[in-house]
Amino acid sequence: MAKVLMKGNEALGEAAVRAGCRYFFGYPITPQNELPHYLARRLPEVGGVFLQAESEVAAINMVYGAAGAGARVMTSSSSPGISLKQEGLTYIAGAELPCVVVNMQRGGPGLGSIQPAQSDYFQAVKGGGHGDYRLIVLAPATIQEIVDLMGKAFDLADQYRNPVMILGDGILGQMMEAVEFPEQEQPAVLPAKPWASTGAKGRRPNLINSLYLNPEELEQHNERLQAKYAKIIANETMAESYLTDGAEIVLVGYGSSARIAKAAVDQARAQGIKAGLFRPITLFPFPKKEIQAACRQARQVLTVEMSMGQLVEDVRYNLEFKVPVHFYGRAGGMVPTTRAVLEQIKRLAEGGDLA
Amino acid sequence: MITVFARPETLTTAKTHYCPGCTHGIIHRLVAEVIDELGIREETIGVCPVGCSVLAYHYFNLDMQEAAHGRAPAVATGIKRVLPDKTVFTYQGDGDLASIGAAEIVHAAARGEKITTIFVNNAIYGMTGGQMAPTTLLGQETMTSPHGRDAVTQGYPVRMAEMLATLDGAAFIARVSVHNPQEVAKAKKAIKTAFEVQLSGKGFSLVEVLSTCPTNWGLTPLEAIKWLQDNMIPYYPLGVKKERQEVKD
Repeated sequence: MAKVLMKGNEALGEAAVRAGCRYFFGYPITPQNELPHYLARRLPEVGGVFLQAESEVAAINMVYGAAGAGARVMTSSSSPGISLKQEGLTYIAGAELPCVVVNMQRGGPGLGSIQPAQSDYFQAVKGGGHGDYRLIVLAPATIQEIVDLMGKAFDLADQYRNPVMILGDGILGQMMEAVEFPEQEQPAVLPAKPWASTGAKGRRPNLINSLYLNPEELEQHNERLQAKYAKIIANETMAESYLTDGAEIVLVGYGSSARIAKAAVDQARAQGIKAGLFRPITLFPFPKKEIQAACRQARQVLTVEMSMGQLVEDVRYNLEFKVPVHFYGRAGGMVPTTRAVLEQIKRLAEGGDLA
Repeated sequence: MITVFARPETLTTAKTHYCPGCTHGIIHRLVAEVIDELGIREETIGVCPVGCSVLAYHYFNLDMQEAAHGRAPAVATGIKRVLPDKTVFTYQGDGDLASIGAAEIVHAAARGEKITTIFVNNAIYGMTGGQMAPTTLLGQETMTSPHGRDAVTQGYPVRMAEMLATLDGAAFIARVSVHNPQEVAKAKKAIKTAFEVQLSGKGFSLVEVLSTCPTNWGLTPLEAIKWLQDNMIPYYPLGVKKERQEVKD
């Protein structure tokens, strides 16, 4: 198929449709609005349902109902709206329902701004809502990668019966790039969901639930969930290592920040500095083995983020504090420049302190 | 031998956790009888609330989903949009529906979601131990209105049936009570109509059922029935509030 020029939000919508998603429930918020705009037109064309809910809270609970009824279903929002969805997300995780949730992050805290940011990393990878649960978190860096990851996102959700978050940012949502969609429109056969509540015809009733009043049962439920997360950690990490062989300075970033860092790495290499980039694609599970391999010869590690320092904590933890890990970030909708990142690399190369 | 009374197939054999004198049991039974009579048990999905009836999934012999507090109409919307040919109902109390879930019920009704809501109003939070509800009557003593609900500081009780009846998406709205056999019969008729309205695709349907809470009202079951008649029915008049015949597109 020929390449088409599309906004990230729209490409995401088309990729979701091609991944077999037929149900979308959402509430307007900038900078993700082009996604619901696109699906409001597109989903009815394929016999699907687009519904603008009364709030993010209602939207995520509609997702709960639809996922519980066996559908491939998605919602999207941006940071303040994602905060409102946390109640639903913990219920969805507790009831083990598959769905995809998109967060095109913007600056915070509070109402913050409508400009791009990456300051919801903790919220996305550490739980966000109450209770011991995890989302699978995917962080595409290009619009092509958004398209390529959507099928995977829905498949992972179904395979593990777990909510999957696409953690993007306002840049990825708003920018246009040429993308190519896969030929095959959706999996030929979607996985069977014998647990779904579809009417108890000729079988015992199914229950979609996260309530376990007996503490022993709830502990067992939590242990089952943890065993599932352990399996996800063991099997589902994804990452890109760029020029990390022999790299003495390894930059770490995800999403849009990683693209800026990559450009800085190229410029550093041109100046003879052995720099590389490690880009986690799954933020949960964090690609621990991969980052350790990428930083094997690193003397310094630098995370580049559009936050005040969130990813950096996981980088230090996953490198087991064996390498100095520095942080450079901009916040509030400000975006790191390649020049500024290059300055940081040069200071590290010279053995100096970071500003 | 003719069987004149039996457990509806839509009820399980589980013993309920409801307090003596609570009318949830009667209301569960009426819903179950209606589902049996309409022959839709295997085509129905119920949504439970948070509150006293949180465990209703143990008692209804149906596919069920447990919703977060107040969100049952949103969950039911998600189910119904995926399975438009199935019957979907929510079973909610007054804290769940009229307070924390006020937005969800109003917008499900406004959209004309083809779902049915059974709204059990006992004018108090039962499960959490007798706090003031949006439906608590003026002067009614609760744990959080210990001197009686005061309009100046705590506002006025909400008449949900009348409020929802103003919405164009609502096809059938009624308020009933189950304090005596005649009213139980009328309640069953209203619940049946509500499910039939859903089956005919006319729009949103809701039956508000006035209910007793002897435990948290601090009354005996018989006193509670009298209190309901003397105090609740004058403020919450019974009857059909909205009945739209045509199917709205």
